[in-house]
Amino acid sequence: MGKENLKPLVILIICLSIFPIFVRSDYYLSIMIFIGINAIIVMGLSLLMGYAGQISLGHAAFFGIGAYCSGVLTVKFGFSILTAFISGILLSGVMAMAVAVPILKLKGHYLAVATLGFGEIIFIVFNEFLEITGGPSGLSGIPSLDFLGYSVKEGTRYFYLVWTIVILLLIFSLNVIYSRVGRALRAIHGSDVAAAAMGVNVSWFKVQVFVLSAVYASIAGSLYAHFITFISPPTFGLFASILLLMMVVVGGGGESLWGALLGAGIITILPEYLRPFKDFDILAYGIILMAILLFMPEGLLKGLTVLVKWMRKKIVSRETVIGQGR
Amino acid sequence: MAEYRASPFGLYSMSLFSQILQFLFSGLTVGSIYGMVALGFTIIYNATAIINLAQGEFVMLGGLIMFSLTVGAKLPLYVGFPLTILIVMAIGVLFERFAIHPLRNASLLTLIIITLAASTLFQGIAMFIWGKDPYTLPPFTSGGPVIISGAMIVPQTFWVLGTAMTIVILLGLFFEKTIVGKAMSACSFNPMAASLMGINVRKMVLLSFVLSAALGAVAGIMITPISLMEYHRGPVLAVKGFCAAVLGGLGIGYGAVIGGFIIGILESFTTALIYSGFKDAVALFILLFILCFKPSGIFGSEEVGKIKEF
Amino acid sequence: MKKSWIAFLTMVFCITLTQSVWAAYKIGFVAAITGPASWIGEPEKNTAVMLQEWINSARGISGVPVEILIEDSKGMEGDAVLATKKLIERDKVPIIIGSSTTGESMAMLPICERAETPMISMASALSIVTPEDEMKRMETSAQPWLEVAKKQRYWIFKVAEKDADNVEKIYMYCQAKKIKKVGIITVSSGYGVEGRRQLKRLARKYGIEIVADELYEMRDTDMTAQLTKIKASGAQAVINWSFGPAQVIVTKNWSDLGMRGKIPLIQSGAFGNKNNIKLAAGAAEGVIVVLQRAVFAEKVDPKNPQKPVLMKYKTEYEKRFKSDVSTFGGHAYDAIMMTTEALKAVGPDKKKIRDYLETKIRYWPGVGGMFNMSPSDHTGFGTDGMEMIEVVKGEWELAK
Repeated sequence: MGKENLKPLVILIICLSIFPIFVRSDYYLSIMIFIGINAIIVMGLSLLMGYAGQISLGHAAFFGIGAYCSGVLTVKFGFSILTAFISGILLSGVMAMAVAVPILKLKGHYLAVATLGFGEIIFIVFNEFLEITGGPSGLSGIPSLDFLGYSVKEGTRYFYLVWTIVILLLIFSLNVIYSRVGRALRAIHGSDVAAAAMGVNVSWFKVQVFVLSAVYASIAGSLYAHFITFISPPTFGLFASILLLMMVVVGGGGESLWGALLGAGIITILPEYLRPFKDFDILAYGIILMAILLFMPEGLLKGLTVLVKWMRKKIVSRETVIGQGR
Repeated sequence: MAEYRASPFGLYSMSLFSQILQFLFSGLTVGSIYGMVALGFTIIYNATAIINLAQGEFVMLGGLIMFSLTVGAKLPLYVGFPLTILIVMAIGVLFERFAIHPLRNASLLTLIIITLAASTLFQGIAMFIWGKDPYTLPPFTSGGPVIISGAMIVPQTFWVLGTAMTIVILLGLFFEKTIVGKAMSACSFNPMAASLMGINVRKMVLLSFVLSAALGAVAGIMITPISLMEYHRGPVLAVKGFCAAVLGGLGIGYGAVIGGFIIGILESFTTALIYSGFKDAVALFILLFILCFKPSGIFGSEEVGKIKEF
Repeated sequence: MKKSWIAFLTMVFCITLTQSVWAAYKIGFVAAITGPASWIGEPEKNTAVMLQEWINSARGISGVPVEILIEDSKGMEGDAVLATKKLIERDKVPIIIGSSTTGESMAMLPICERAETPMISMASALSIVTPEDEMKRMETSAQPWLEVAKKQRYWIFKVAEKDADNVEKIYMYCQAKKIKKVGIITVSSGYGVEGRRQLKRLARKYGIEIVADELYEMRDTDMTAQLTKIKASGAQAVINWSFGPAQVIVTKNWSDLGMRGKIPLIQSGAFGNKNNIKLAAGAAEGVIVVLQRAVFAEKVDPKNPQKPVLMKYKTEYEKRFKSDVSTFGGHAYDAIMMTTEALKAVGPDKKKIRDYLETKIRYWPGVGGMFNMSPSDHTGFGTDGMEMIEVVKGEWELAK
């Protein structure tokens, strides 16, 4: 899993465990729950985009598939929550595989737009199949989670549930990166041709990562559906996919999973901070995003570490200057 | 009185021929809009291999700025038109200078994201200036719809079609016959080789954005009298326009316009024959289909496709 | 010595300041001010801002100022949920007004129910105030088009008419005009879908047959294909259910296709904005609209008890915001004024406010209609709140 990741992981687990003890407000817990849900998707995307170098502009579709499977199967067909959850994962995986095989042959902008097209088509499916999905009016009455009588309805418990899953997936992802699979992925990212020359089955790996990232998104979707008990198509449309992308890029998820978490956190919290701006929040949003992209194109995680190092250097050099000055 | 005849369209009081013609006309009207947006994508792509996802915003700005100048400030049409284009071109310059140029060495993904971020920014500014209401422009020529064999078409559509054709021809000449045009195409193939040949790549990139912005503005001005304009119109047009551009062959001017018509007409007939709800999926399915089987598009060549980064 | 006096006085001053802030009546207000439903949320927000000024310049509620805490839900249920939680927990409001759309309201109501906080939604769906089991009972009964809800959610109210009421008003008009076959064309997003559902559900009640059922997207630019199908279907009237520029485009297409005078166009309430008539540039002549009275307040019968309320709201709103009133702003008006009355009578007690709303809002003239809340009806009004209006020479006139 990489030794350097162990320390931050432990710190994260400790902080998360005690968070609800200090913060009892349902509002803040809800924000953290949304961050956690987004983090799950973004970790998957980070594996796809950062390590395998593939773009996905339609990933919110898989988020939606997970959410709608959980929602529709429980509400309309009376399936159990667990069955619906697993169905969501299976459906996402299958769709990802079906889409990945032809699409991942494309590169660059073409891949990006193909994924965008896929995302849009799924959105239209959510919107049009009224009888099943409830169409644009959405699907309500999704049951809250209930493990053998232990209700996970309220904030604290849902917080622990979501973040436990986040941590588990994080550990899993780190293991993937440091395994043979991860090395193969990075080889592919560097150069398809070189990797193939080294004996890596390039297309198979790409498909695998794509499917994995779709499964992550589906898990997040199910968690979302049971938390908010009402879902509607716009949550899973183009804008959502773009936001997910922003989370990866802003945080620096292209390089590291921690960047992905950071990006999820920032982009989820940003609108809450921008509340006082009322109408101007879209403007502020655009400006902030462009600023981060222009000044820290590697993402915030790298950008901030660079900044911190730069500041440290400055302090050290000032001290030496002052020392010499005396 | 109406004649009732059975047909795949059900009982009707319009002749079958009129109906088909009407659907065709609707498709052409919508298709010409997509085609013009697609042309904008084509130009930037030709010079930079970038796909500018903020292209739809140029269209939106064109329509709204024209409104402010001609209806708000009451300038006459022949003043407002070039002035609007100049303003949007200036915006294109700012966009290229501040958002694209600094990131020229960044990854493809970052470039895509910055155009998306810019799109959000432009929408935010537009909402701030013009609010959320839709705006309209008076059609260029007055007069009611033209009836041809029982099907109607508004005069403004002829303006859109005519302008699209003219622009395609002009662009074709530009890229084929002029030095500047050829230089621009060279840049997208291989910027390094192009600059070694003495082409100022920076200027070419800037020029491509300026041209694209101008084109978007023209599209916006043309279509507002038919379908109004509001701050949030950009993304939908961009997606459909892009589908049209890919369908016709990315980088090929007449391909973009023809691609637009094909999508427009297919959408119209999907409404007629199948179900209007799936109309939007048409463009997307076409896109995916083409990308899977012939990414170079209808008019693109396979060899060129192999050279370019598909 | 002096310093500590100053410090003490400052402290007292600060405490009194916070006291007066504490003493303000807070009302939580969530609306879709930006985003896809901003055409609904913006007039609602404007109304809230205007009403706060009105109330506070008239010495507030029994001398206590009112503070309407306005939050933007951006039309997304995730944001609506967060805004609601913030208002209930951090700002400790005794009541939530919002949000603008059905979807958001559906996501918000479990939170309000759990927090035992009354909620007045400004959205229209019956399912907002009716519990699921009651909705199911109505839908699966033998004659669903005749069913009326008997049970309502304890804490949840709404002030917007049901879409069903708008539809019934339209169908009553059609019946009167002996129109038996209609073509419907609706937008495939929340508002349109709900309208379409009601149009299909209630057609039978009025002996109407829907011979064409067309759809389009919110940002579509041309609907002639759909209208052509309707024209060819033998429909005697076409009913459009949408909002935003699409309504205007449908109107223009309808006019261009020469359907005026042969197949009347009936628009849903969202058309009720003079700007739409202007944008249609003459194409809207002869269009019929089902409208609430706020939009044509001047033409309302002076004997109608709503008239003074309507006139005051309309004139003040248009003066302040230099734009036409809309029915949505009216929803905000009704919700806030009801709340204000409740606060005046019982103070910021959640349960007491709820009880007041359910029992004391009787024959209450609002902008939307004449409200009569009861335990089995948390909407309070119906088809009586609307009129059929015709666009004549660019103005609203009562349709004959």
